[in-house]
Amino acid sequence: TGEAKYADDLVFPGAWYGATIRSTDAHARFDGFDLEPDFDWSKVAVVTAADIPGENIVSLISDDQPVLVPIGGEIQHHAEPLVLLAAADRETLRHARRGIRIRTTPLPAVFDPVESDHVFAHYDIASGDLDAGFADADLILEGTYRVGHQEQLYIENNAMIAVPREDGGVAVHGSLQCPYYIHKALKRALRLTDEQARVVQAETGGGFGGKEEYPSIIALHAALLSRKTGKPVRMIYDRHEDLAATTKRHPAVVTHRTGVKADGTLVAQEIEVVMDGGAYCTLTPVVLSRGAIHAGGPYRCPNVRIRARATRTNTPPNGAFRGFGAPQVEFAAEVQMGRLAEALKLSPLDIRRKNLYRLGDETPTGQILRESVAAEEVLERAAEAAEFEGVRGRTERGRGRRAGSGHVPGSPLRTGLDRVASGIGVALAWHGAGFTGSGEVKLASVASLELAADGRVRILTGSTEMGQGTKTIFPQLVAAELGLTAEDVEMAPQDTALVPDSGPTVASRTAMVVGGLLIQAARRLRTTVEKRNGGRPFADVRVADAAANGPLRIDEHFEPYPHVHFDDETYRGDAYPAFGWAACVATVGVDLDSGEVTVRDVVAADDVGRVIHPVLAEGQVEGGTLQAIGYATIEEIKLRDGRYLNDRLATYIIPTALDAPRITTVLVEAPFSGAPHGAKGVGELPMDVGAPAVVAAIHDATGAWVHELPASPERILTALGVTPARAGAPPASATRAAVDAPIEDGTDPRPDARSDPQVLRGPRDPGEPA
Amino acid sequence: MTAWRFTVNAEPVEVEAPGMRRLLDVLREDLALTGTKEGCGEGECGACTVLLDGAPVDSCLVPVCQVDGATIATVEGLAEPSPEGFVLDPLQQAFLEAGGAQCGICTPGMLMAARAYLDAGGVADEAAIRESIAGNLCRCTGYTKIVEAIAIAARVSTGTL
Repeated sequence: TGEAKYADDLVFPGAWYGATIRSTDAHARFDGFDLEPDFDWSKVAVVTAADIPGENIVSLISDDQPVLVPIGGEIQHHAEPLVLLAAADRETLRHARRGIRIRTTPLPAVFDPVESDHVFAHYDIASGDLDAGFADADLILEGTYRVGHQEQLYIENNAMIAVPREDGGVAVHGSLQCPYYIHKALKRALRLTDEQARVVQAETGGGFGGKEEYPSIIALHAALLSRKTGKPVRMIYDRHEDLAATTKRHPAVVTHRTGVKADGTLVAQEIEVVMDGGAYCTLTPVVLSRGAIHAGGPYRCPNVRIRARATRTNTPPNGAFRGFGAPQVEFAAEVQMGRLAEALKLSPLDIRRKNLYRLGDETPTGQILRESVAAEEVLERAAEAAEFEGVRGRTERGRGRRAGSGHVPGSPLRTGLDRVASGIGVALAWHGAGFTGSGEVKLASVASLELAADGRVRILTGSTEMGQGTKTIFPQLVAAELGLTAEDVEMAPQDTALVPDSGPTVASRTAMVVGGLLIQAARRLRTTVEKRNGGRPFADVRVADAAANGPLRIDEHFEPYPHVHFDDETYRGDAYPAFGWAACVATVGVDLDSGEVTVRDVVAADDVGRVIHPVLAEGQVEGGTLQAIGYATIEEIKLRDGRYLNDRLATYIIPTALDAPRITTVLVEAPFSGAPHGAKGVGELPMDVGAPAVVAAIHDATGAWVHELPASPERILTALGVTPARAGAPPASATRAAVDAPIEDGTDPRPDARSDPQVLRGPRDPGEPA
Repeated sequence: MTAWRFTVNAEPVEVEAPGMRRLLDVLREDLALTGTKEGCGEGECGACTVLLDGAPVDSCLVPVCQVDGATIATVEGLAEPSPEGFVLDPLQQAFLEAGGAQCGICTPGMLMAARAYLDAGGVADEAAIRESIAGNLCRCTGYTKIVEAIAIAARVSTGTL
């Protein structure tokens, strides 16, 4: 109806408009700035780092990122905030923006994360004996996989409005996921008390991780300007600024070396992950940690070594995005698994059936999977619903028909009959539920319930709604425990002056962790009230009880899940209290002339522990699946000298309703005993499987593996050109050379290979020397 | 400044504004109709879709001088006022039932594009519905439940449900 108020819909009388002056260098010294002498600057507020009363730091993990680069300080990336402006009207602000000249001295910049020697974080996970594993292998397969940036592209841009408070503090209203992250940032940089800093969430038009950390900087900028002017200040990004400056999914380079028996059994996995953190640390160590732990894929392997590092480059910082490090590495793991199946002439289903995690298996961090393992079920349910084997038989016959019909010049697989080749592909993934390692224990989240004096029940949590359904499922869960209807339970606004810190709304943890706390709070509330009312049902006595005894508030604090232990130092133990499991089958058509891919149908099977609200859960799977398909096919950021080139919605393209496939969702329930309702979270699971399923389907259609996302027409045509069998020269060394060994050719190019496993590499990675 | 006269949601309005002021800003700031959203400001996302004489347009690309004498419909006009509050448009009802709105920021534009489709006699045909909302981006739903919702509303309005 248009009633819902998003940040830019809020009216604050007398508000000024704010703007951010940003660097146009990737790495430089900030020497200062000049103001146009003919312009009347008395109408404009100008804020620099010198105006920050507290510490010039916005951080979650490492104290490396300034709120504003100080004059004389180092600019670390393009679009970094340098100076803030505010004016009473947009016209004045526009003139002011044009009247400021930034002076810098350029410094040498680093853009390649593999070359960078500034390491934000590194992890080394090892189990078994890698050398013995490779010695035992019948085949060794190597591959390098690359993924680029991806933008969250919430349809509502970032927006914050700061309003001065009479106590010298500030209230910020905005589009955000994590009110207490912003609260903490405001207190530190502006030297405020808990009460002086107030953060209120407006309706939020999508987040997907993109409004986890960056809103802290925007809130600080708006607050600094409002402090300077004494007015409310609106800091509303347009799409161009949002795309150019805010965080993206981390690019990654993932290298696999896998040893496998002839029957498909995995015996050794050696994996290297390099992620590009961008210019500042932000959440990178946690993203990398999830990436490292998930890098092997959902497969049992006795001998594993995973080395992961994230480095600094002079590009805008990367941050949280649905999946949080897992989609990058699981793309690599699944394409590797598909190539192994092809090399061994096994079906993509059979090789997964042979290796997927089952109850009692041990992961590379030494975690024993004691419960809630549904890898097999999601795989079988997705394969069945998509009629995988039947369709694959048809696509195989299609390939055979084309192979026998000769080539059309310029299009290696094209025949007169089939311009579009059809293919089907499958992918399987796991996703650790909630925070990694001891993260939940450190968060120490609180969720509260209140029986108000009038007998109404109120939920008090810092968990935010951004379309995923917090405001629907919380009342539903609480009402069910109290014997009420959801309409009888209301949600307090996400306002740090009212609600406790329930931890950030991220990591698919809201339903599982905070929902679990609320159920426990509801049980305590019910017991307390029923006990003092002679055991009569809560629903019947709540109004009379509240009238007689006054309001009652229950604060529920997070308690560590029993039997879950993780050592952050050695990276051994239970990395997550449980895992969610996802399988995806994608059907594509590939235009053999243009290389264009159409994703036609997707079946997604996701194990979420317990389905709380089927329509919302399906909505999460469908939306996440389409984001994954965008990642697979069209979404790409191009950079030049550390600057995003396609920083507009006209050039950064996401799927439309016409690009979107038909998506069928299968919800699977393997409950987690540590949560009172068994739920494990759903938001991120579908993001892990969509891209590798599409790439496998492209391979099924064409015979070519694409090693880099997105699988753009250019990359597909390149892969098609590379695929035809040609013998490679023997590699000079196992680490440097890459050989296009035809998969069908059983001979080993190495001279002394008789008793050793066969080694397959390539198709050649464009970045490697030939 | 010139005075521009047109109709918004069946009410005549008069706005003093420069002729090149965006219809989107006139609606949101001069007329306080903030239901219409800005997503990109360059006609790519469709969040600001309104109906101009019945046809869906991106209000960020329409200068107010172009709507002089025209009829504009926005999301605020979809629900009908009644003694008990508002009666939702069948499309709004269907979006609620099917789960067609998640974060809700694309919903006003999506509803207006769908309204235009139904008003033009659109039926519950998946391909045609997808075509009709191809100019409206949604990042939450994957479009599945939006397409379902529009199909439900089409069946309701043609009496086949």
